[in-house]
Amino acid sequence: MEKTVNHKAWFLVLPVLVLVAFSAVVPLMTVVNYSVQDTFGNNEFFWAGLEWFDEMLNSQRMWDALGRQLAFSAIILAIEVPLGIFVALNMPKKGFWASVCLVLMALPLLIPWNVVGTIWQIFGRVDIGLLGYTLDKLGIPYNYTQDFFAAWATVIIMDVWHWTSLVALLAYAGLQSIPDAYYQATKIDQASRWAVFRFIELPKMQGVLMIAILLRFMDSFMIYTEPFVVTGGGPGNSTTFLSIDLVKMALGQFDLGPAAAFSIMYFLVILLISWVFYTVMTNLDKRETGR
Amino acid sequence: MALQLEGVSKVVGRQTHIHATDLTLMGGTMNVLLGPTLSGKTTLMRLMAGLDKPTSGRVLWNGEDVTGLPVQQRNVAMVYQQFINYPSITVYENIASPLRLLGKSAAEIDRAVKESAGLMKLDGLLDRKPLELSGGQQQRCALARALVKNAGLVLLDEPLANLDYKLREELRAEIPKIFEAAGSIFVYATTEPEEALLLGGNTATLWEGRVTQFGKTPEVYRAPVDATTARVFSDPPMNFMQVSKTGSRLMFGDGQSTAAAGALASLADGRYLAGFRPNHLEVFSHTPDAMEFSPRLTVTEITGSETFIHLNHHGERWVGLVHGVHDLALDTTLKVYLDPSHVYIFDLNGTLVAPAAYAVAA
Repeated sequence: MEKTVNHKAWFLVLPVLVLVAFSAVVPLMTVVNYSVQDTFGNNEFFWAGLEWFDEMLNSQRMWDALGRQLAFSAIILAIEVPLGIFVALNMPKKGFWASVCLVLMALPLLIPWNVVGTIWQIFGRVDIGLLGYTLDKLGIPYNYTQDFFAAWATVIIMDVWHWTSLVALLAYAGLQSIPDAYYQATKIDQASRWAVFRFIELPKMQGVLMIAILLRFMDSFMIYTEPFVVTGGGPGNSTTFLSIDLVKMALGQFDLGPAAAFSIMYFLVILLISWVFYTVMTNLDKRETGR
Repeated sequence: MALQLEGVSKVVGRQTHIHATDLTLMGGTMNVLLGPTLSGKTTLMRLMAGLDKPTSGRVLWNGEDVTGLPVQQRNVAMVYQQFINYPSITVYENIASPLRLLGKSAAEIDRAVKESAGLMKLDGLLDRKPLELSGGQQQRCALARALVKNAGLVLLDEPLANLDYKLREELRAEIPKIFEAAGSIFVYATTEPEEALLLGGNTATLWEGRVTQFGKTPEVYRAPVDATTARVFSDPPMNFMQVSKTGSRLMFGDGQSTAAAGALASLADGRYLAGFRPNHLEVFSHTPDAMEFSPRLTVTEITGSETFIHLNHHGERWVGLVHGVHDLALDTTLKVYLDPSHVYIFDLNGTLVAPAAYAVAA
């Protein structure tokens, strides 16, 4: 059969093309444009080639920020995923309290990033914050504006407080989909609590956990607002993560070229790590189900 | 080996799920729990297994009271309607899992797993994961897990309901043979009368949380003690009509009557309930003694080699099952026939007064 040529079809695709062009392609190409040029103001640009990329790859500042960022994401995942699963396992399965738990869990997720930052910034202050004041009175040295350890602890606990619910809710959804007969069967088999978790709950939660880990990784790897509000990247550079550094470079110092090169590499790193995660976990999934 | 339920009941909130039930099941027997959905089959099984504690009554195992004993401390195996296997480990490990938890030696486990896998025709599939198997194979794996444990009580809760027709027939033929050889007590829940008849053994009919009758399957089928049992143990359900006995005659509607012979002769005069199974309704040919009725035809359903005809007889709904495919005009009067030997007589409370003559002779 001969294909009918219908040029009208292009008009149907057009809205999507326009939308994608303005929301993704144009901004991304602008960044690409900046990354290969230099400017001294007056909107005059000079060709710089790969100079900025070269500079960024050799910049200790960027490598340090990347190291801090990776450490932060790793710690976040290592805490939030097990904790989320633990919370989900201990939530009531049905009834009034299940609804109460769900609402409580959802609350932190509804709070905007900068509000979370502000809450914790005040909460941790030694003079007026409940946490900071209490710790100070207990004789525990805590000052997130001066102490490296306190700053990291604050940022991490804040993120755990904000986002563990997401992992917990996803894990809870996974647990809810397990038919009761599985639990009966394990009871009859005299399986231990650990065996039930290892052989029933974990395999059944795998799909949602993969989504949870991907979401939490991408989000934590791009974190900006909360540490910016609380520590402003300090003390020193100790909580200057990639996006904070990027903003400093692009808007603070107005180094558009290096910042653009930095952004592109940042984007590629996120893409690469997400792809690795995804591939590893779908392969795990294949091994489990043979599909 | 014997499992005894003595006045066992289960009340949840204000709802009685199981009324006080007495039941004795012996080792090496297949016991079918037959009843419609929500009649209490699964609840009764859970009580037998020890997954739930009865509200009242006692559960005895070989004469020993095990009422409060949790399922972990009883030797029980169960297979469900859903295919329940451990998803992340191989078929071999799935079958081995009950034995591993019992702490058996590796050689012993290997022998037992291979044996039950062989019986369930899973020999070539031991290295696969359950989800790589077809539905029938997954359920074979679950059955092998139940078998390998050598449990005293094996509960099968509608194990074939989620399988397609062909597989169901195949497994249904194999299950009684395989499990009877093991000598345990088998309890098999089903909603289908046909399945109960094919499995044989004993049948307990359930209706709204009550065991209405328990006995050898063919006997329960032939002589149901009451109208409820007859309704449950007949697919489509048994048809009923009111009759009255006057002197030596039994008067049916439509001016039809028959001699009140045998057990019926000594019955007091009065009104009774006559019941007959759908396959005993004659349409295109009839026995010489048959009585003639003229109900209205409302619906016909054709299932390949058989036709279900739905009739309305003075407000009573009847279903007839006739062989062959028939194209009948709806909303017309259809002449149907009923041989008196196929009629069960119940009193108005539903208690059987006289079983059908054909069933007594058989």
